[in-house]
Amino acid sequence: MGNSIKISVSNANFFYGTNQALHAVSVKIRPQFVTALIGPSGCGKSTFLRALNRMNDLIPGARLEGKIELDGENVYSDSMDVIQLRRRVGMIFQRSNPFPMSIYDNVAYGVRVNGLTKKRIELDEIVEKSLRAAALWDEIKDRLHRSAMSLSGGQQQRVCIARALAVEPEVLLMDEPASALDPISTAKIEELIYDLKRAYTIVIVTHNMQQAARVSDETGFFLTGRLVEFNETKRLFTAPTNRETEDYITGRFG
Amino acid sequence: MPDREHTSKHYEQQLRILKDKLLLMSHQAEQMISDSIRALVDRRPTLAEEVIKRDDDLDQLEIEIDNLCYQILALEQPVARDLRFIATALKIVKDIERIGDIGVNIAERAIELIQEPELKRLVDLPIMADAAQRILKEGLDAFVNSDADLAETVIHNDRMVDGLYEQIFRELLTYMLEDTRTISRAIKLIFIAKHLERVGDHSANIAEMVIFLVRGQDIRHGTRLDRG
Repeated sequence: MGNSIKISVSNANFFYGTNQALHAVSVKIRPQFVTALIGPSGCGKSTFLRALNRMNDLIPGARLEGKIELDGENVYSDSMDVIQLRRRVGMIFQRSNPFPMSIYDNVAYGVRVNGLTKKRIELDEIVEKSLRAAALWDEIKDRLHRSAMSLSGGQQQRVCIARALAVEPEVLLMDEPASALDPISTAKIEELIYDLKRAYTIVIVTHNMQQAARVSDETGFFLTGRLVEFNETKRLFTAPTNRETEDYITGRFG
Repeated sequence: MPDREHTSKHYEQQLRILKDKLLLMSHQAEQMISDSIRALVDRRPTLAEEVIKRDDDLDQLEIEIDNLCYQILALEQPVARDLRFIATALKIVKDIERIGDIGVNIAERAIELIQEPELKRLVDLPIMADAAQRILKEGLDAFVNSDADLAETVIHNDRMVDGLYEQIFRELLTYMLEDTRTISRAIKLIFIAKHLERVGDHSANIAEMVIFLVRGQDIRHGTRLDRG
């Protein structure tokens, strides 16, 4: 670890057609750290998150200038295998989106699609390991073959996390992973994030500033497409260096 | 740059009420010190008794301020400058309350001293009282106006008050050595000087917290909170 860098973003400008959504964003994301991105709606934080595993590629007219590197490798180079990239950089969305199939098949989905294993016994192991890592195993181990849609919202979200973990990613991107959940499910997800950072690099977008303060090691504050401040979380929430950050996190929105 | 207002008017109002209460309390504590010294110098026991009675109001304000701080912490979850403001309020309210107690202590000694003949014309003690009151006032002004530069001046000038204490102590010692009948009165005057020296210390504590409030740096005990 030390000063090593997992994702390095230098001078990134992002455009949706002629509309510029990110302006000269530079940041270094450290491995086994939780990095939180905060800012008002439309500030570019989700665009930034989705740029990291090229989820924005699907949007017509979207393009990036500048450089994003994963372990020193240019994410946007022609030689980058995007499928492989998204396996290494997994994503969890705001609305839990389990597939209409069993819990087991949900978790095994990525492994099967990627052809990572064909053996049933290995698949069983991966499913159990992923569900354990997502802190869900004990709750659902007796009903693995029931539909994932029958679970509660918080459990569905953890199925999605297990599904993301099953393909052994290195980075997890989370876009408002707990905003549709009740406080107890939220606390479980936050506890999970805390455990997962030992093995993964996590980047989380959240509107809930207390959540950012609770779960992250470093926090970036975005405003109108600019990264205004990137700082240690404990520093940013006690004595931020930037006045705009201060005004935003204390609730002085103007 | 003046603070922008919170989007939540209720939150803004709570912080304003807290600040107003702190202002009222500081003003009362300041007044207790200056009146207790005036009671001594002008030999007015009724003024001293009045100071003693006022302490209850100060204690009441301390409790109200503490409760308001806890309420804001629980309900508004303040961060950054607002968090530092609440933390500062919780700390300096104790210093202000202690300054009020010191006013009572000085008033009690004054009542005793007034009943006896004057030991000497009081010259240095009023000078020290002025100096202590000035840094107290400046410490509180620094808080009210979020003025870190003024706070630094207060910390520096506290040393001057300490110097005056040493001087008064030595002078009263010579009185006691020359004439043992002065011991009781001289000791009471030394107590008063010591009390004023403590006013200086509390003012310096307040000033240190003001620097934390404004700059987010902890300068107490020669430390800095910069990282970690």
